[in-house]
Amino acid sequence: MKRKLISKKNIISVAIIAVLYILIQVLINGGYLSRQMMSVIIPLCYNVIMAVSLSLIVGVLGELSLGHAAFMSIGAYSSALFTTKFELPEFIALPLALIIGGLCAAALGFIIGIPVLRLKGDYLAIVTLGFGEIIKSIFNFLPITGGSKGLSGIPIYTSYRNFGLVFLITAVIVLLIKNLLDSRHGRVFAAIRDNSIAAQATGIPVGTYKTMAFVIAAFFAGIAGVLYAHNVGILKPGNFDYNMSIEILVMVVLGGMGSIGGSIIAAVILTLLPELLRSFADYRMLLYAIVLIALMLFNNSSLKKKLIEKRQMSRQEKSEKEGE
Amino acid sequence: MPILEVTGLGISFGGLRAVDDLNMTIEKGSLVGLIGPNGAGKTTVFNMLTGVYRPTDGGIRLDGENLIGKKPDEISAAGIARTFQNIRLFSKMTVLDNVKVGLHNHIKYPLFGSLFHAGSYAKKEKEMDEKALEILKVFDLDSNSDLKAANLPYGKQRKLEIARALATAPKLLLLDEPAAGMNPNETAELMETIQLVREKFGVTILLIEHDMKLVSGICEYIYVLNFGRELAQGTPKEVLNNQEVITAYLGE
Repeated sequence: MKRKLISKKNIISVAIIAVLYILIQVLINGGYLSRQMMSVIIPLCYNVIMAVSLSLIVGVLGELSLGHAAFMSIGAYSSALFTTKFELPEFIALPLALIIGGLCAAALGFIIGIPVLRLKGDYLAIVTLGFGEIIKSIFNFLPITGGSKGLSGIPIYTSYRNFGLVFLITAVIVLLIKNLLDSRHGRVFAAIRDNSIAAQATGIPVGTYKTMAFVIAAFFAGIAGVLYAHNVGILKPGNFDYNMSIEILVMVVLGGMGSIGGSIIAAVILTLLPELLRSFADYRMLLYAIVLIALMLFNNSSLKKKLIEKRQMSRQEKSEKEGE
Repeated sequence: MPILEVTGLGISFGGLRAVDDLNMTIEKGSLVGLIGPNGAGKTTVFNMLTGVYRPTDGGIRLDGENLIGKKPDEISAAGIARTFQNIRLFSKMTVLDNVKVGLHNHIKYPLFGSLFHAGSYAKKEKEMDEKALEILKVFDLDSNSDLKAANLPYGKQRKLEIARALATAPKLLLLDEPAAGMNPNETAELMETIQLVREKFGVTILLIEHDMKLVSGICEYIYVLNFGRELAQGTPKEVLNNQEVITAYLGE
């Protein structure tokens, strides 16, 4: 009975995704979007991937990571090096780039998994922060990545013209992570967050599963990096600093820790907001900060709790009626 | 045949000798009590048996298998499950999911199935649901299966912890003060449940209890600890009439 309900949920999410896709596609093709909005469509997608993958670490596994941008940068640089050096036709180069970017990031996720096994909470947060800065410095230093001048001449595979593909990749990643949460592996991640001592006593090798969560999240962040690199065409190490990691973390927190839908909405709002506020020129960042604070306050307010309670109650009534 | 053999078990924290030269032999299928005044080292013994602490000396054998140096998850796999004095549930997860975490190592499908909900995913998840509900039913928790664990009343949280422990299919179940914080009615009911669990799951039980009267009601054999050392052992009747035990509990 329960399984059936979940497949129904899946159908709903697929339907939402399809409607969204058609809507955006109509907006693009109909010329309803300004150039400015066109330029933000692909960032929307990779930010959603970043937020959803970080949500797996912060919201579900319960470990604070401040270096998520580093995984994205690995994916971006490794794939960009591949596509600029080998100059294969796009239909071969892009899938390979996605795989290479994802795998390189996942490998790094495995390495960062080692301190993760030993550290907790604030300590881990600081280690991941340092890790992010180290990666940035390495890209700044290596000749092959162009140093601080950056890596340029990356083929543009993921511009808004290719929106359909980028959207599909994003949707698949979101669904995979949603699936993961409702599985034996996802349950174990949540169990570790809720009580790692009890999880271990229940036979869960906590270290293995923490590493696994980091590797999976890093893999998807790496893919987001590939989309980023082949959208902007030039990579600079400075783009992937802790500001970016914090911005993604803000999306996850704003979205309500561990809620995939919330992370997506927050990622969309926080990506669009700076663009929408452009007309305020000098006051833009000030307004951005104010909106952010207001959203956080709302997120924690009794008003929202009441709204949620109301929704839950109506849901319960509905399920009771269905039961009859 | 003994299921658990503890020989010369001891542990020091710096200069403090928390447990010293403890010997226990627990027979398969028995219900044994471990009692003693506050600070006697009862929970420390549990923590050594489950790999949370590594004993400074002595040996632990479960069904002949050496457990010294094993990690808690390996000991769980070897067949010891436990509950905690201060309840440790996966509080944000549902009651059903708490038990399903206990089944994690018994009903398996690969990560691929988790990501794509493909392959044996649906079949194994259904199997898990059924098995978990079956265990929850023993504790009268099946009607609360969709509730968040944190929202259960206290007594039911204690029961859920036992249910989760049983999901790991243990040979030996360690209960750390299962009746703590319960009123006399709840306690009596819990004691019945514990006896039922032993019969239904064929599991050996070692339980820590504070209240001697309680323990003597259901345990066949009792070990008494005081200041980390064994003070007495025997049947409830023998132990209750032991002058040293009475002194330890009531003072001179």
